[in-house]
Amino acid sequence: MIRLDSLKKTPLYDTHLKYGAKMIEFAGFSMPVQYESILKEHEAVRKNAGLFDVSHMGEIIIEGKDSEKFINYIISNNVAKINDNQAMYSPMCYQNGTTVDDLLVYKFSNEKYMLVVNASNIDKDYNWIDENKNYNIAVKNISNEISELALQGPKSQKILQKMTEYNLDDMKYYHFDKINLDGVNCLISRSGYTGEDGFEIFLKNDYAQPMWEKILAVGKEFGIKPAGLGARDTLRFEAGLPLYGNELSDDITPLEAGLGSFVKLEKDFIGRDALLKQKQDGLKRKIVGFEMIDNGIPRHGYDVCAQGEKIGYVTTGYLSPTLKKNIGMALISSQFANIGNEISIIIRNKPLKAIVTSKNFYKKNYKK
Amino acid sequence: MKILEGLYYSKNHEWVKVEGDKAYVGITDFAQHSLGDIVYAELPEIDTVLNAGDTLGTVESVKAASDVYCPISGKVIEVNQSIADDPSLLNSDPYENWMICVEISDPSELDELMSPEEYSDFCK
Repeated sequence: MIRLDSLKKTPLYDTHLKYGAKMIEFAGFSMPVQYESILKEHEAVRKNAGLFDVSHMGEIIIEGKDSEKFINYIISNNVAKINDNQAMYSPMCYQNGTTVDDLLVYKFSNEKYMLVVNASNIDKDYNWIDENKNYNIAVKNISNEISELALQGPKSQKILQKMTEYNLDDMKYYHFDKINLDGVNCLISRSGYTGEDGFEIFLKNDYAQPMWEKILAVGKEFGIKPAGLGARDTLRFEAGLPLYGNELSDDITPLEAGLGSFVKLEKDFIGRDALLKQKQDGLKRKIVGFEMIDNGIPRHGYDVCAQGEKIGYVTTGYLSPTLKKNIGMALISSQFANIGNEISIIIRNKPLKAIVTSKNFYKKNYKK
Repeated sequence: MKILEGLYYSKNHEWVKVEGDKAYVGITDFAQHSLGDIVYAELPEIDTVLNAGDTLGTVESVKAASDVYCPISGKVIEVNQSIADDPSLLNSDPYENWMICVEISDPSELDELMSPEEYSDFCK
């Protein structure tokens, strides 16, 4: 049993209570799972805008002249391909190719980067980075000093533009800048985790609460809603985006998760040899999308069967709020992974029919 | 949180409304509120015989599946099809929208259930 009073709080904890949030334990933090309703928050992000407190996420600064070399040694994507003020998604792997974490690398310069990591993995990532630090660099975990707000949805730019003189039209997808937002120095990136256009705003803890209130006040006329972890999960899932602990883990490689485009085998990095071998040998299992044919909602952890045998398990499943269909992602034996194959999901001891589909259930609306 | 007079309540947050030898069973306002948006409800077959404490069906919110238990023994004589068709009715009016009706086999079991006052204290 987790003691609720031992949980970490973000600077917005009291604000969440004020907005009627239902709080849950997540990654050692007390976080809002929903305010009014997951479905309404989900819909607000798809149609208008939603504001998420993601201050539980971790920020690790890598600084020093070998920063680029070092980061390229610990992540599978190639950070040499991005420019200053650009961000990049990448898995970070163990020697055996399974996944330590998936993260975003923000490049300030060749000598300074920020890694944004999953809340549940902050300490593990920091220790892993520290253990493998055989270059001339300094590593600093600034997670406790920084808050992060995610403003997501088609009206995000209109809302944010009312709070800054910076022309947000100039900011491309996966780029970031230091921006004065309503008098506060923030680092803002055009990125997110919902399949919609949106921004992620990093700022010092002291400014998080007033900024939250200001964005909601400015966003009111655009139909903004505060949104919790519940909607965050249904949104990222519809967009086919992986979640560490579900589609990625220390038991799953990025290749199995279908993230091959973020694995650059032509360069050296931790896990490269194992992943190269996995690719050459052929994947034994893969994450697929599926849609239920029979009536039932698939859930994380349910068994997947075919021809009477267990072939894998559901990594995420929901009644999709946008598509109104029962869909999921599952890690299954590759021989059953072709689109159109029939599989069974075991729901309350009953095998219910489903069909393998693409994981991209929802067409993403990023502004390129 | 709404608690109606004249009903019996279980520790699993079901309510029971007795009419003669029949009992209507549903989930309480507390239960629907804890679950959040209910998107799926699975109900038993007519004529299923349930003992007190048996699973009568499952309700699923956006996030998770939860079993619903039958607080009183009996044979299922009616199921509320409108719940299966529109599970959100359990959110909008959990007391109006019963899930099943059983023919009570042992009325003394009602003594084990809570009164509205006791249930109100239980939820605090």
